[in-house]
Amino acid sequence: MTAFDASVEMRPKLVGQRIKRTEDPRLLTGSGRYVDDMNPQGVLHVALLRSDQPHARIRSIDVGEAFAVPGVVAIFDAGDIAGDFKPAIPTSRMKGYYATPFRPLAEGKVRYVGEPVVAVVAESRYAAEDALELISIDYEPLPVAVSKDEAAVDGAPLLHEEAGTNVIISRTFARGDVDAVIAAAPVVVKGRFRMTRKTPMPMETRSYLAEWDRRRQALTLHSSTNIPGIICDVLGTCLDLPGNRIRVVAPDVGGSFGGKGSLNHEEMLVCVLARKLERPVKFVADRMEDLTAMSQAFDETIEAELAVDADGHLLGLKADVIGDIGAYSIYPWTGALEPVQVVSFLPGPYRMEHYRGRVRGVLTPKPPTGPYRGVGRPSSTFAMERLMDMAARKLGMDPAEIRRRNLVTAEEFPYRTGSGIIWDRSAFQECLQGVCDLVDYPALVRQRDAARAEGRWVGIGFASYAELTGIGSRIAVAPGMPINTGTETASIRIDATGAVTAAFGISSHGQGLETTLAQVVADELGCRMEDIEIQHGDSALVPMGTGTYASRSAVLGGGAATKTARVVKTKVLKAAAFLMDVPAEDLEAEGGVIRARSSNATMTFREVAHAVYAQMGRIPHEQREDLVGSESYDPYLGTACASTHLAMVEIDPATFAVTVTRFAVAEDCGRIINPLIVDGQVHGAVAQGIGAALLEEVVHDDGGQLLTASLADYLVPIASTMPQIEILHVEAELPNNIGGFRGMGEGGTIGAPAAIANAVSDALAPLGIEVDTLPVAPDRLFRLVQAARASASG
Amino acid sequence: MEDRATITLTVNGLTQTRAVDARLLLSDFLRHDLGLTGTHVGCEHGVCGACTILLDGRSARSCLTLAIQADGATIETVEGLGRMGDLGRVQQAFRDHHGLQCGFCTPGFLMTITDMLRHHPLETDDQIREALSGNICRCTGYQHIVDAVRELARARGPLT
Repeated sequence: MTAFDASVEMRPKLVGQRIKRTEDPRLLTGSGRYVDDMNPQGVLHVALLRSDQPHARIRSIDVGEAFAVPGVVAIFDAGDIAGDFKPAIPTSRMKGYYATPFRPLAEGKVRYVGEPVVAVVAESRYAAEDALELISIDYEPLPVAVSKDEAAVDGAPLLHEEAGTNVIISRTFARGDVDAVIAAAPVVVKGRFRMTRKTPMPMETRSYLAEWDRRRQALTLHSSTNIPGIICDVLGTCLDLPGNRIRVVAPDVGGSFGGKGSLNHEEMLVCVLARKLERPVKFVADRMEDLTAMSQAFDETIEAELAVDADGHLLGLKADVIGDIGAYSIYPWTGALEPVQVVSFLPGPYRMEHYRGRVRGVLTPKPPTGPYRGVGRPSSTFAMERLMDMAARKLGMDPAEIRRRNLVTAEEFPYRTGSGIIWDRSAFQECLQGVCDLVDYPALVRQRDAARAEGRWVGIGFASYAELTGIGSRIAVAPGMPINTGTETASIRIDATGAVTAAFGISSHGQGLETTLAQVVADELGCRMEDIEIQHGDSALVPMGTGTYASRSAVLGGGAATKTARVVKTKVLKAAAFLMDVPAEDLEAEGGVIRARSSNATMTFREVAHAVYAQMGRIPHEQREDLVGSESYDPYLGTACASTHLAMVEIDPATFAVTVTRFAVAEDCGRIINPLIVDGQVHGAVAQGIGAALLEEVVHDDGGQLLTASLADYLVPIASTMPQIEILHVEAELPNNIGGFRGMGEGGTIGAPAAIANAVSDALAPLGIEVDTLPVAPDRLFRLVQAARASASG
Repeated sequence: MEDRATITLTVNGLTQTRAVDARLLLSDFLRHDLGLTGTHVGCEHGVCGACTILLDGRSARSCLTLAIQADGATIETVEGLGRMGDLGRVQQAFRDHHGLQCGFCTPGFLMTITDMLRHHPLETDDQIREALSGNICRCTGYQHIVDAVRELARARGPLT
């Protein structure tokens, strides 16, 4: 080291430490405030009569004696509120796309079982539900094409006649000549993979409370949303209210996993009704309503063919994907969000020259699909990683080895995939090696082989993937979507008491961003963490905010926090320099105290702030500046986040239950802000991925009726079915963004389903079974084994 | 049966007398009549466990209990476990181990664990996971919750 450099601060940082969460005391003592915890005076409650038909014309609605139920205030159908709003239009720049208009209540016809048709408003939810019993709707059933394959054919019954087709999304990504490569390749593997429909199932159901301020003619919506900024903007348009007379607040929100990341019928409805009735109006979904009508996930079929050379190098991949997007193209992401990303991410983290991915998104009479933790990549990774294992098996190659030969290497970054995704440097290879070392892979293989020799069904599966996180303004989070998701603003102010308030456009709903962003601000500003309040989840906080989704908040929020804190710190030091009569360059701030390096002089943030704001004349008026700043951050490009998952499973030959006996994750999320929180995110996302692989499936029957409308039918992981998860954090070269953070909240759902599908296929390799549909619940596994045995004996 | 009834019960040490509809759920009574919104409702069909309270000392689903069934009972809810500046030991263990994320299922877990610590050995992780298996958490994957309970069970020692 050369001469002392005063700009290098050697003090310990909060970033990187296992800081206990700021959010916890309130949430642990029942002092949190979720939407349903708010009960303003005069609040009215909404209950909804929902469609029991998948596709039908509404002939008439008979409210019968419903008005006679004590406590009923009003009853509305679409006609009663027709002039009170404009529908939301999920526009897109995609060619040939049709944007389905989205309304609070079904108008003219219903398009899925569970679509809201009639709203009863009453003094209590009990009274509102009583009234529902007395209302009947006369439907003229219309023909239905329930499955995406039926709905995609010419002549299928049209859900939206104006579209002229059910296939409202159609894209192709291509590079090279994949047909020629496949025709000439020594090894070709193919499959028809299906990730069935899921529901996000956050623990808090969707909850909305709208309040109309008669004095200001202004609306406040309290919503269990994770995109308050986007909801505020669209509702302002739908209700014709300027941004200073509509505000959307997400208070404590009980999880989302994507399910609260789109506009909902009911969210629009309470706003329309609160303005109309000039009373607070609340709707809280019950679990059946959420299982029936919350936006759902996945539901693609992926027909794919992979060509590999004799040494296991990938040559080309061809895929035809059809996505069941449900009855509406969801606002704002559109129905393209999920299926188009499947073909975008299908080439995976691998070097491969030739690719063609074609995708169609098809309207069907089911709830709309929307964002779900991992978006597109759980399905694409499932298909690609299955093909990798199938190719390895055909070549007699170890599954780790075929990945090692094909994962993009350090010197190849930035690498452009066949679909056009650009991977920046991330620890692709290191994560694969890391997970092998973590579990002692050779020993694990010996264990498996020993078990197999005893006739037990034990298997090991890998999944390697990369995801784009912290995406800037170069590309929209959803393909073709015109909303800017690539910037984030932080607004920081220090008040006269020295307290620091940092406001953002993000919206934490379990991620602990009040803690992690305070760590970042405290480090940059040099104040005490306990003096910081992080504000989020409120459209009124910063001029333009969208919310928290797509693994953006640590990257974009952290970047905006850093930039703004630096601006504010400069102002604090400038004031302190005057007050302490030393040059600003001679000052440093840490733990809320400003120190001169060349003397013993100190001032606290509180003293400086008091002097700036409250003590007239302490600082000459021409030099005095408020201790505030507001900066936005746009990383422009996104950053890659890489990981390899490894699962070991054992299948019970009597019950066909799959037990996950080991689960390990090696991941590169760049600089870690809080390892405690990162581990928690990995555990939770892996659990969700295990649920997707083994348990969870939304089932609609041939008539479009939901068969999984309770938590006794839609199964999610519980403590006794979850393995201990082992995690290795691999830190490659930091990404080129402020802070060096990568987004990491979604990854577990991406790797886990594929790893488990590969492990189950490995366990059943003696029977030649290749898992192609998830979940591999006991009934599905039983049928696979029966079929394999029948074909072996037949 | 009458449509309304007057009930008297003890909630977190305070005696409460209220006239309620016979069909009122205990969860709604606690949340709306008493304003104890820490008890959350996650499914209203007894599967998720978010609404778990202690009814005469044992864990119970308040969404599957009518308020009138609690007449004469002693009820404990999350609000009775500790305060923001003075967390109870189960609450503190959750904080130390990052056993919560969105916090919605948390009150139900805290009440279940309070019961389990009083009545079950919880000597192995399998026993702990079994004890937690009536409560759903969608955020944590349960691992940090298991860590918290393991520490609590060790600190408690064997059941006498």
